[in-house]
Amino acid sequence: MSIFFFLLFATIAVVAGVSVILQRHPIASALSLVGVMGSLAVFYLILGAEFIALAQMIVYAGAIMVLFIFVIMLLNAGAEERRGRSWMAQLLGVPLLIAFFAIVGYALVGRFSGGEPVSFGSFTGGTAEAVGYALFTDYLLPFEVTSVLILVAIVGAIVLARKEMD
Amino acid sequence: MGSLPEGMNNLGATLNAGVPISWYLILSAILFTLGVAGFIFRRNIITVFMCIELMLNAVNLSFVAFANQHKQVSGHIFTFFVMVVAAAEAAVGLAIILTVFKNRDTLNIDEINSLKN
Repeated sequence: MSIFFFLLFATIAVVAGVSVILQRHPIASALSLVGVMGSLAVFYLILGAEFIALAQMIVYAGAIMVLFIFVIMLLNAGAEERRGRSWMAQLLGVPLLIAFFAIVGYALVGRFSGGEPVSFGSFTGGTAEAVGYALFTDYLLPFEVTSVLILVAIVGAIVLARKEMD
Repeated sequence: MGSLPEGMNNLGATLNAGVPISWYLILSAILFTLGVAGFIFRRNIITVFMCIELMLNAVNLSFVAFANQHKQVSGHIFTFFVMVVAAAEAAVGLAIILTVFKNRDTLNIDEINSLKN
């Protein structure tokens, strides 16, 4: 059963991912990206990461993509024109990407083909309790540094986006 | 190598047992490659930014898959931090895009080349 769900949502993820890079209009790309993120949330759920799955839906598909769509609508971004690509990207891009994928896939399959197969419920250590416990004991310092990072990001965004006041 | 044909032979058994971890990693590699492709080929700065998010998501998937494999929660913590950094990056990056559009009146990355030579 888990193999059926894997293939179903892997297909959705890959099709939506291809759609992200093929759609001409940014808003269609953004909606396809929401599709990728939703199917990744299902994978997180299957892999036993409940908290991360919900955070994926709320933070990524909710907050970040709304920010993207808001900016697209604010800038009134239209379809991009298909011209003026550099010849080097056109000539070497696809072969280099295929080579990249082949190398990464070869390394991954070679090194991690063994191991216990993943089925739903094979790992249940990703609850909010477990993640919160790890976050506030072992990873307390990175967590606090993250809050400083967010503060810097907020200040930076305000400084960049404000109107010039002469 | 030689593991892929063996996995194909065991396909019937796999149907009941579950999904091998390498499938998740391959899916993650596919999504990452798609992100790189969009980053190279797209000209719209917002779409390029979305492709970066796609790459971050692909890496998150392999973090969670490894967390499942090693039965540890550390991979989830890494994913959590990647999400936080992505959120901060989106806020600052989109503010930069807004400023660039206000000054240059374009979203095409080929026309934003004042730093070139």
